[in-house]
Amino acid sequence: MNMLYFIVQNTMFFAIPLMLVALGGLFSEKSGVVNIALEGKMVLGAFTGILFITTYQDSISGQPILILGLLIAMLTGMAASVFHAYAAIHLKANQIISGVALNMFAPAFAIYVSRLVTGTQNVHFINQFRIDSVPVLGSIPILGPILFQNAYITTYLGFAILALATFVLYKTKFGLRLRACGEHPQAADSVGVSVAKMRYAGVLLSGALAGIGGLIWVVPISTIFSGTVNGYGFLALAVLIFGAWKPQRILFAAFFFGLMQTVAWSNAAIDFLPGGTGWTQFYKMTPFIATLIVLAFTSKNTMAPKAAGQPYDKGGR
Amino acid sequence: MNRSGFLSFLSSLLVIVIGLLFGLIVLIVSNAEQAFPAARTIATFGFSSMRRVGDVMLHGTPIILTGLSVAFAFKTGLFNIGASGQFMFGGFVAIYIGVEATFLPPWLRILTCIVAAALAGAIWGAIPGLLKAYRNVHEVISSIMTNYIGMFIVVYLIQSFVFDQGRGTSTRLPTESTLPRLGFQNIFREPFFATYRESHVNLGIVLAIAIAILVYVILEKTTFGYELKACGFNPDAAKYAGINQKRSIVFSMMISGALAGTAGALNFMVDTGLSMGVVETLAMEGFTGISVAFLGMNHPIGIIFSGLFVSYIKLGGAQLQPHFSIEMVETVLAIIIYFCAFVFVVKSMLGRGLSKFGRKDKQEGGGAV
Repeated sequence: MNMLYFIVQNTMFFAIPLMLVALGGLFSEKSGVVNIALEGKMVLGAFTGILFITTYQDSISGQPILILGLLIAMLTGMAASVFHAYAAIHLKANQIISGVALNMFAPAFAIYVSRLVTGTQNVHFINQFRIDSVPVLGSIPILGPILFQNAYITTYLGFAILALATFVLYKTKFGLRLRACGEHPQAADSVGVSVAKMRYAGVLLSGALAGIGGLIWVVPISTIFSGTVNGYGFLALAVLIFGAWKPQRILFAAFFFGLMQTVAWSNAAIDFLPGGTGWTQFYKMTPFIATLIVLAFTSKNTMAPKAAGQPYDKGGR
Repeated sequence: MNRSGFLSFLSSLLVIVIGLLFGLIVLIVSNAEQAFPAARTIATFGFSSMRRVGDVMLHGTPIILTGLSVAFAFKTGLFNIGASGQFMFGGFVAIYIGVEATFLPPWLRILTCIVAAALAGAIWGAIPGLLKAYRNVHEVISSIMTNYIGMFIVVYLIQSFVFDQGRGTSTRLPTESTLPRLGFQNIFREPFFATYRESHVNLGIVLAIAIAILVYVILEKTTFGYELKACGFNPDAAKYAGINQKRSIVFSMMISGALAGTAGALNFMVDTGLSMGVVETLAMEGFTGISVAFLGMNHPIGIIFSGLFVSYIKLGGAQLQPHFSIEMVETVLAIIIYFCAFVFVVKSMLGRGLSKFGRKDKQEGGGAV
């Protein structure tokens, strides 16, 4: 039983950031802008968030500093998004290239600045955010250890954002307009929706969520940030595809991928699983292979927004 | 050069200047005192001695090839961001054969290494190609997946087959398995006390230039290349003209992959003791190839120069310690790529500006008559 709790708790550490970043990608793609820059935005969000926490961890403590750090990370992600959005929407540029640029820029910039500030590539911080057990709730049998022990507030924040994102996308006017811009921007434009505004909103939201996701990814698994999120931004893109651009399925995909990560990183500690180099590498690549297979079998009737990746052309059909 | 080519060249230059200016600003903001000496180092270090000139060519070799890889795909309407994975596969195969196939005479071994690396890259590039041609999967998305799958496989293969326990990396290649230096060491060297310090530049740069010319000939002078490009320009027209579009997509991705695989081979087949780490990060060369390709206007001959240019500023950037770090150069390259994203906008703006200028000239001329 303890093994099960261990696996679930660890899966959560990977799944929550993956889900948030994938939801970010969802907002962007639903508005019609392909976002392969999720990785870069995660790196920048994590970097500024951690830098803030390191700087103020002596004067502010516990959860408040984490929340402030998340805000900083969110703003950073949004700021980085502006560049991607401007290129994609105003200049009708190739969205892949500007995404690649952001992905290259982010780790280089983070490492450059951290060398200036700390002298090394690494930024250390103290993890004072782990909640050993949530009062009352943590002592519920079974559910307690799974959800409320060895936890972070970011886990609950993640679920709250999932609910909110689903509501916004499918139950509000804004969500409907956003989705229209990704499916058929000309139709949206013809009824007076500003495609540019909606797409800006989508890309900025994706930056916000990717920034938060970057910080949430670092906090539970390490006390050092060294300018990389190890390809989790791309993994989140895979979650988005595997989740067929739908929030509930994204939740499922994120947990499946998170489980595979847990298994890959700690199969030595999980006694009923085969371990060793070969198996570890296999667990690590499973999400990517699974996504390729899903792509191969669903792309004929893909769930992707129809206009994603195409600059809006007013005169187009 | 025709007008469009000239405009491309001009906009590339403009993009480089903007990127470098941004770099200078970052240098000034982070340490104003050291900024200008640092800028001078980046600008001059690659030419500071013949040895450095050789080093620029040595480090330029793999990125010229990854640049060609990206450009070849781009010319045929595809975006190969999977060059990293193809590069790593090529690198591994070359190292494996170079270490294990000691029964082959050196020249044959080296040839086998390069050809096998190209094949490995082609196979790894064929996957996104096949998925695009037959399952309509966007090649960028599938390339991202194959990059990571390839990286994890290569790490496993190194650990299982050519692992050097002591160094924690791949086994070092025996010198006979590395590319011959062709006497370049007698030209590209600098005096060091009573002796010389030599650059390790080798056959690789000659091959890279030859391959660039070959790519140019294939794309511009053969029916095969014309068909591949036609599929990129206008798939419907190509289909109407009877070109097998699916086959073209797969071939394009395979050739692009083969170029990246060759880059991997030439990168590691050097006698500097370079070996492949078992770190789980994608090879940077694949992404640097994107900057090289776009700076070279996706033209094979332009890419020789842009590859050398990128290598040149990287070599200079590596000398900036302790005041600045090499990542400075990476950020500049990223900025350059960002502007490359709308290089076509820049180009058309330049074009409009120039033609306005031209008209004015003509009007004035007309007035004088």
